[in-house]
Amino acid sequence: MELGFLIGSVVKIGAILAYLYGLLWVLGHKKLWVKIVGVVAAFAIVQLAFTITIGDSTILNEFDSGLVFQAASMTMIALGLNLIYGFNGQFSLGQWGFYGIGAYTAADITFRWINGDSRGLLVVGIGSILGAVMILGIQKWLSRLRGVPVLSAFTFYLFGSVLVGAVAVVIGNALNPAISPLLGSAYEPGPLSQGIWLQIVYFLAIIFAGVFAGEVSFLFGLPVLSLGSDYFGIATLGFTIIVNTLMLNSDTILPFPEMKGGRGMIGIPKLTTWFWAFFFMLMVIIIMRNVIHSSTGRTILAVREDETAAKAMGIDLASTKLLTFVIGSFFAGIGGGVYAHYIGFLSPGTFDFLAGFNPLIIVVFGGLGSMTGTIAASFGWIFFLEGLLRVLLGQMGPDAPTWRFVLYPIVLLLLMLIRPQGLLGTVEWGFLKAPFVRPRENQHTASDVVEG
Amino acid sequence: MQNTLVEQNSPPVDLKPRMSLAWVGKAFLIALSLLIVYLLGTNLAKNPSLFANIILSGLQMGFVYAMIALGYTMVYGIVKLINFAHGDVFMVGAFVSYYLVYRFNFQNWPALFFPDMPPMVVVVIGTISVIIIAMIVCVLLATTIERVAYKPLRNAPRIAALITAIGVSFFLEFFGALNFVFSPRFIPYTRPFEVVAWYIDGSGIHSIVAGTQPPANAITFSNIFLIIMIVSILVQIFLQFLVKQTKMGIAMRAVSYDKPTARLMGINVDQVISFTFAIGAAFAGLGGVLYAIAYSSINTQMGILPGLKAFVAAVLGGIGSIPGAFVGALIMGQAEALTMGFISTPMRDAVAFAILIIVLLVRPTGIFGEPENEKA
Repeated sequence: MELGFLIGSVVKIGAILAYLYGLLWVLGHKKLWVKIVGVVAAFAIVQLAFTITIGDSTILNEFDSGLVFQAASMTMIALGLNLIYGFNGQFSLGQWGFYGIGAYTAADITFRWINGDSRGLLVVGIGSILGAVMILGIQKWLSRLRGVPVLSAFTFYLFGSVLVGAVAVVIGNALNPAISPLLGSAYEPGPLSQGIWLQIVYFLAIIFAGVFAGEVSFLFGLPVLSLGSDYFGIATLGFTIIVNTLMLNSDTILPFPEMKGGRGMIGIPKLTTWFWAFFFMLMVIIIMRNVIHSSTGRTILAVREDETAAKAMGIDLASTKLLTFVIGSFFAGIGGGVYAHYIGFLSPGTFDFLAGFNPLIIVVFGGLGSMTGTIAASFGWIFFLEGLLRVLLGQMGPDAPTWRFVLYPIVLLLLMLIRPQGLLGTVEWGFLKAPFVRPRENQHTASDVVEG
Repeated sequence: MQNTLVEQNSPPVDLKPRMSLAWVGKAFLIALSLLIVYLLGTNLAKNPSLFANIILSGLQMGFVYAMIALGYTMVYGIVKLINFAHGDVFMVGAFVSYYLVYRFNFQNWPALFFPDMPPMVVVVIGTISVIIIAMIVCVLLATTIERVAYKPLRNAPRIAALITAIGVSFFLEFFGALNFVFSPRFIPYTRPFEVVAWYIDGSGIHSIVAGTQPPANAITFSNIFLIIMIVSILVQIFLQFLVKQTKMGIAMRAVSYDKPTARLMGINVDQVISFTFAIGAAFAGLGGVLYAIAYSSINTQMGILPGLKAFVAAVLGGIGSIPGAFVGALIMGQAEALTMGFISTPMRDAVAFAILIIVLLVRPTGIFGEPENEKA
């Protein structure tokens, strides 16, 4: 049985890699109708595998479909980290904290919504929009005054966000009585808390969670990104630990009794279907690819390669790093929202800083600066560690869960010793390859353009 | 024509700041520090003896962190690697001493050979030998880790070494948590000697008789506190001496300055790096034993947070600097104890990291940190 299971798992991982390759290939096709048909087909294949029954279970059984959802959210988180670390060279350990922020924010919005309280959506939504306006406004104002120290700018943003938060809470509290009668309660859902409306709220919740995580990362990154690489890493590790501490005390120090602190938040509506997971994953992949292969992306890469040279070319180092950090955290927030609504239960233990090394490991495994590598490594890693090892070692008695983490570092060590640049290096597949730019007439360095 | 138009429309470029807003950031920092001073001051006025006791417990924690922070700061200073496995070496030191004391009753070995020896001397020699064996085991472990995991990656990208360090750390924690190794439980630690505590009140120093409570507003301390303080300060002095005065110390500073040049000068760089790992591990083992004696509960995960905080302390003090690690560790200990005493226990990690972030904003290379490539 064990041998059969092993072969089955290897086949499964191979099938998933082939699937990803096909998805990326079809996305990179020239004709638009091929793209659309291909994406719909890619969605349908997995959806059918979830539903078609062979024998006594579906093709992808309950356990495997759980892994698919986990891998989809991990893809978003790891892509964000790859943008920050792989493409921009900022060693960040804070991705897990932003993931947690996104998960808790999105979960809180929909949890409150189905329990007849619209304040979650109103406060976070208004706060995110006003916060974005505030940040852009202050940025514009400060850009006129030259030589404003980072700390002063940070103070302005901090007070601005406190103000925005207060305004959002006031407006949310004022509007809530008008909306909440339409929501009903958890037992008798009102017209707005079911069907299409709930799906819209779910979509908004995840987008706002991402935006909120991005804004927090802006506030945090503004002062901290000016530190050197390793110092930045430790500061972001501190951020993850601070976020985790706040989660553990969300019902005592923070005013969110529904998050239940260390006991974990239960009763989150399980709204993540394969459609939404696929949609958000595709969205993140497309945004990421288009950012990397744009002029902004080349700026980001230039900052990684040589800061001094980039500065000499007129690139604003601080704002490039900040932009990268915000986009990466936005992805993490979206991944968190998707995860929270798949699993239906959030516990601070999930967002422990030790688990926060996982996205880093995935990014390094797949190859720093390779989007394909990150996507493949996310799926491969989840299916290897959570699927294969968990089941294989499951029969080993009471020590089984520990053995998994004894074998895993050994695999890690071997991989680092054999292939320190990651599995795929900087190879990209299909869609994620740099688009071919037709060289201009008197330009002899076409290869530079193609390599991006 | 066009040139004059452009000149009229765009004002001359003014490279000086039009309005200096530096005061905003400074005012923010000053307000923050005033708030902290106010919080501490009111608590000091409310209950001075409680405040003093909390300061003492913070010092005890800080001295333990200082011993771990040394290893981090020296290794980072030389190979620029955050050695995440260091905290687990600390854990192994505590477990070795636990087995020596609890299973083998090793602290009584002098009494077996010299029955006439006074019990006080037996305990002192026994405890010292327990500590030395724990340190030796830690040194062997750390040099093995260095040889197996870090040395092959010396020329690889730095991230590969970092991931390897995380892997080694996971391996030690979870291998230790297997039931036939250390088991994942929290284990009550048996001390090799008795705790003696004293209290200070208006009329001088009195020893606390077992089973009684000291008076309400007295400052208490124990022999464990004294031992940790003395050992930690001695370790600092020893390392200062080692780095500043000995040939090995000069070699270490040279390697941290410029590896290729040091190699050209005839320094065996690999040997120096191994030596740095070894000496850091020795003091981590020492710290582990003292930590276990002080807090009397050990677990395979016990090294993670103290290790991390010791690293933060090293960064706070300026990484690569030995006195910096000491001062940073004392600050971390105080921050933790004061947060536990006056704000709330679960917030202690958050406050420790918040302090790190604030200090790094004001002094990006830490309190004692020199701009570049400086050591000790």
